[in-house]
Amino acid sequence: MGLIKELIKGLRVTGGTMVRTIAGDELVTTQYPKEHRVKPQRFHGRHVLNRYPDGMEKCIGCELCAGACPAQCIYVRGADNDPAHPTSPGERFGFVYEINMLRCIFCGLCVEACPTEAITMTHLFEMSTTNRDDAIYTRETLLMDRSGNVPHMFPDDELADMEELDTADGWLRATAPSGVAAYEGVTMWRGTPGPADWSPEPSQEERDRSSRAAEPSDG
Amino acid sequence: MTWPEFWIVVLRVVLTFGLLLVVTVINVWLERKILADMQSRIGPNRAGPFGILQTVADGLKLFFKESILPRKAELGMYLLAPFLAVVPAFLIFMMVPWGRPFTINGHEVALQGADLNVGLLFILAMSSLAVYAVVLAGWSSGSKYPLLGGVRATAQAISYEAAMGLAMVAVVVFSATQGEGGTLSLSEIVERQSGTWGDAIPALEPVLQFVPRWNVFPQIVAFIIFFLAIVAETNRAPFDLVEAEQEIVGGFHTEYSGMRFAMFFLAEYVNIFSMSAIAATLFLGGWNGPTFDGSVPAFVSGILPTVYFLAKTYFVVFLFFWIRATVPRLRYDQLMQLGWKRLIPGALGWLVLSTLVLSYRQFGVPWS
Repeated sequence: MGLIKELIKGLRVTGGTMVRTIAGDELVTTQYPKEHRVKPQRFHGRHVLNRYPDGMEKCIGCELCAGACPAQCIYVRGADNDPAHPTSPGERFGFVYEINMLRCIFCGLCVEACPTEAITMTHLFEMSTTNRDDAIYTRETLLMDRSGNVPHMFPDDELADMEELDTADGWLRATAPSGVAAYEGVTMWRGTPGPADWSPEPSQEERDRSSRAAEPSDG
Repeated sequence: MTWPEFWIVVLRVVLTFGLLLVVTVINVWLERKILADMQSRIGPNRAGPFGILQTVADGLKLFFKESILPRKAELGMYLLAPFLAVVPAFLIFMMVPWGRPFTINGHEVALQGADLNVGLLFILAMSSLAVYAVVLAGWSSGSKYPLLGGVRATAQAISYEAAMGLAMVAVVVFSATQGEGGTLSLSEIVERQSGTWGDAIPALEPVLQFVPRWNVFPQIVAFIIFFLAIVAETNRAPFDLVEAEQEIVGGFHTEYSGMRFAMFFLAEYVNIFSMSAIAATLFLGGWNGPTFDGSVPAFVSGILPTVYFLAKTYFVVFLFFWIRATVPRLRYDQLMQLGWKRLIPGALGWLVLSTLVLSYRQFGVPWS
């Protein structure tokens, strides 16, 4: 009899899960290319070189990031600013800035080292390439544009039509180099770097309080 | 046999065969969907609406893959085994009545592949024959894991075949008291489950007039035993020791690939459906149900019995999937203990008990 009781207990678990999943309450799957899960605030994604609100570059070409990098994947060369048209508010600016994403271990030490908060990490993570050379991000790819968006590293490979994913071979057609002509020049790239619209993290004290409220203690 | 009669036989067989193929394609998809829901996942959703064409895509893939012939295989048996698996699976469903008979130009067409007067016996024979496919596939592959799977299949099938047969006998004995004499014909057994229990027991009519006259109510123990036995008989979880992936790779079909593997796969799902259909026929009243003759268009009341049959069958099929999603696989000794120490004595005891009660009701006490 104990066996049957246990069996019914188990059937209730699976049956209940099924009902809740169909109702949509317990579904754990995110339909990835269409839905993007919200990343943790401190997610270590690809890097971005930031600008001041007036459009000036923050990078001053000091090479501290390159020195801090344990994987030695950052290459920086500074150059003197043109006094008439300065690129950065300092004396110098990052003339050459390259990150080898194949070597980068996404530790974030470059972000720690940067004295002007020029280099930060974004929430962007889609960085696959078909070519080793493409994995070396240059200044053009890393630097955000004047409106604060991060450029896609391969403008030609962007997926144009999300509806395309509903068909079985949608990925093939949308991503093939000889794909549909309609995709040319159309972007589906979400270039938000991340840090810009973060709300401040709750303090440890606040977090303790909210977790205590959620889970009443056993005592 | 006249020409119209010949074409009616062809029509019956083609209709039954077509129904079986369609529901099998749907069942494979349905199982993956239900398992996904029970595990908080989505399941197949790429091919077609809700992924319903997933089975077709998988079938096409298997069709175009290479069928590897192992060097050590006993070639004749190795090639024969997939057919031995598929043919009995299809033949079993040919016995099941899946709708109310209708008339075309004065000829009656029964929605049933063939109405044998020994239908139940034929089903038992075919389900025993299906074991040969597994055993021969395991032995002829010339590899140790399939051999282990085949050996397991023999013992498992023999133990659970007995329980299944005994549960069936209980129903046959019970069914014999519900009409004129005993019968093994499935259409006759279905016929005897029409109406409600109020008709059968006039004394309790006010209470029982809403209870359909299905065998499951007086024979609930036989139904439970029969259900457990068919789960084991079709080698489904938690009794899938024959193909236990974690222990013996793929079991008997380890060495099969391409279309030959697909045939084993097809046979498994056809078996699930036909065994569920038999459970629905023997215990849940088959295609019986309110058809509202006269108050709805004729084709609606003609198609309703088939709908009832499919609904009851899918209830049992769902139980298969539900059990699979819930219970972990039994150990081999547990399997044998459940079969020989619980199910077979249980089925025997229930058979004796229900026969005693039935004969008392029909003939009174023997010493009077």
